[in-house]
Amino acid sequence: MKNALNKPILEYGSGFPTLLRKEIKRFYKVAFQTVAAPVLTAILYLMIFGHVLEGKEIYGRLSYTAFLIPGLVMMTVLQNAFANTSSSLIQSKVTGNLVFVLLAPLSHFEFYAAYILAAVFRGIVVGLGVFLITAWYGLPDLEYPLWIMVFAFLGAAILGSLGLIAGIWADKYDQLAGFQNFFIMPATMLSGVFYSIHSLPPAWQMVSHFNPFFYMIDGFRYGFFGVSDISPWTSLVIVGSFFLVVSAIALRMLQKGYKLRH
Amino acid sequence: MHPAISIKNISKNYGALQALDDVSLAIEPGEFFGLLGPNGAGKTTLISILAGLVKADHGHAAIMGADVQKNFRDARRMLGVVPQELVFDPFFTVRETLHFQSGYFGIKNNDAWIDEIMAALDLTNKADSNMRSLSGGMKRRVLVAQALVHRPPVIILDEPTAGVDVELRQSLWQFISRLNQDGHTIVLTTHYLEEAEALCQRIAMLKQGKIVALDTTANLLTRYGSVKKDGEGKTDLEDVFVNIMSGGAL
Repeated sequence: MKNALNKPILEYGSGFPTLLRKEIKRFYKVAFQTVAAPVLTAILYLMIFGHVLEGKEIYGRLSYTAFLIPGLVMMTVLQNAFANTSSSLIQSKVTGNLVFVLLAPLSHFEFYAAYILAAVFRGIVVGLGVFLITAWYGLPDLEYPLWIMVFAFLGAAILGSLGLIAGIWADKYDQLAGFQNFFIMPATMLSGVFYSIHSLPPAWQMVSHFNPFFYMIDGFRYGFFGVSDISPWTSLVIVGSFFLVVSAIALRMLQKGYKLRH
Repeated sequence: MHPAISIKNISKNYGALQALDDVSLAIEPGEFFGLLGPNGAGKTTLISILAGLVKADHGHAAIMGADVQKNFRDARRMLGVVPQELVFDPFFTVRETLHFQSGYFGIKNNDAWIDEIMAALDLTNKADSNMRSLSGGMKRRVLVAQALVHRPPVIILDEPTAGVDVELRQSLWQFISRLNQDGHTIVLTTHYLEEAEALCQRIAMLKQGKIVALDTTANLLTRYGSVKKDGEGKTDLEDVFVNIMSGGAL
């Protein structure tokens, strides 16, 4: 080996593209578990609920199956974005290999951006897989594709950020499972994936309005059908604000080195 | 010229435990420096502060003049750390691991250097093996390679030979000695004191978070020339270490 110190001086760029590529490659290497399995789960939901509630109309004109498809797609996007950041971080922390990232000259912004964009990428890839397969049951309308993309991106980025917060906070797998089972899962299931909140009693409608996941699903669904439970602009403001809040928390944790740099 | 490593009045507490107590130290470029002490003396905490993995409560540390907190990018680019634990990412091969590590430092087109490191550490025929499939000794070599991908002038090895066989230890020390001859500053922690005696030009000994001895290896051996346990033979670093840790005066 030649003398490393006598070689030409290295030109350093940002480590962000490599960290992003590594995070994408990590889930791609186990695509059967990270992509195929959630697509199958979503199809099972569609088959069961679509069959049981066949004949029911939503918004006076949509079949239940058509109504359900965007909700399932968005639910898959959200859950997979959360899973990508949270599982990557907890595994790296428990096995200790997070040290390789922490030793590198990456800023907290670069760290955050790489993990979140990888989460968005996985969420959208899996969501697209669900959409393509479920479209076989009846291709839903695509009234406003830009709304679809905006809510998919923001929703995935929010859940990616929540996954990052949970992954940093949790010291053990069961703590992460608690975060997922007692916060993410109920908030997702009660967000209107399977129903319009107008079908709920007034008290539960009121409760739904405190669930930020409701606005992600409702805004996303508006992009397909041009109708929603509330104005998409209201949803956009709430979802955008929530994104800023969770991003600020995640960035602050990274900047302070909370549970990462002691 | 800046010292390779500058540590000024560093203190660190973990709750009621004082891991480091007002530690100051300067290591010059090109030195082969030993950081010795019993378990819990604060060696790994000190290394972690230099690497930016732990934040000091008080004091400052710099690598080649770059403050490890305020100018962390430059400090980390000039430092390679071989961690004590045998950690690895089970998703990737050896080559992928080294490419990613190089990329984290923002270095592009580093293939030739990565190939050189793998050849020097006898990893070439394992380049496309998954990290999970490697033996402990091979994983240790990959850790060394990871610390070198960005060609750092300062290299810290935290007990790199713990639990590895004699053959690997010897080949590792030959490799590290060559890096030192090429001009790299090497900081080593080890419990194998005969290795420290043979390799290190200067040694600091830590006890309960304080530096209790700091001198050239030759001076330490001379100063403690009469402390041989059985009164026979030549004094070695182990005798010096035992004497200092048991409270022997400098």
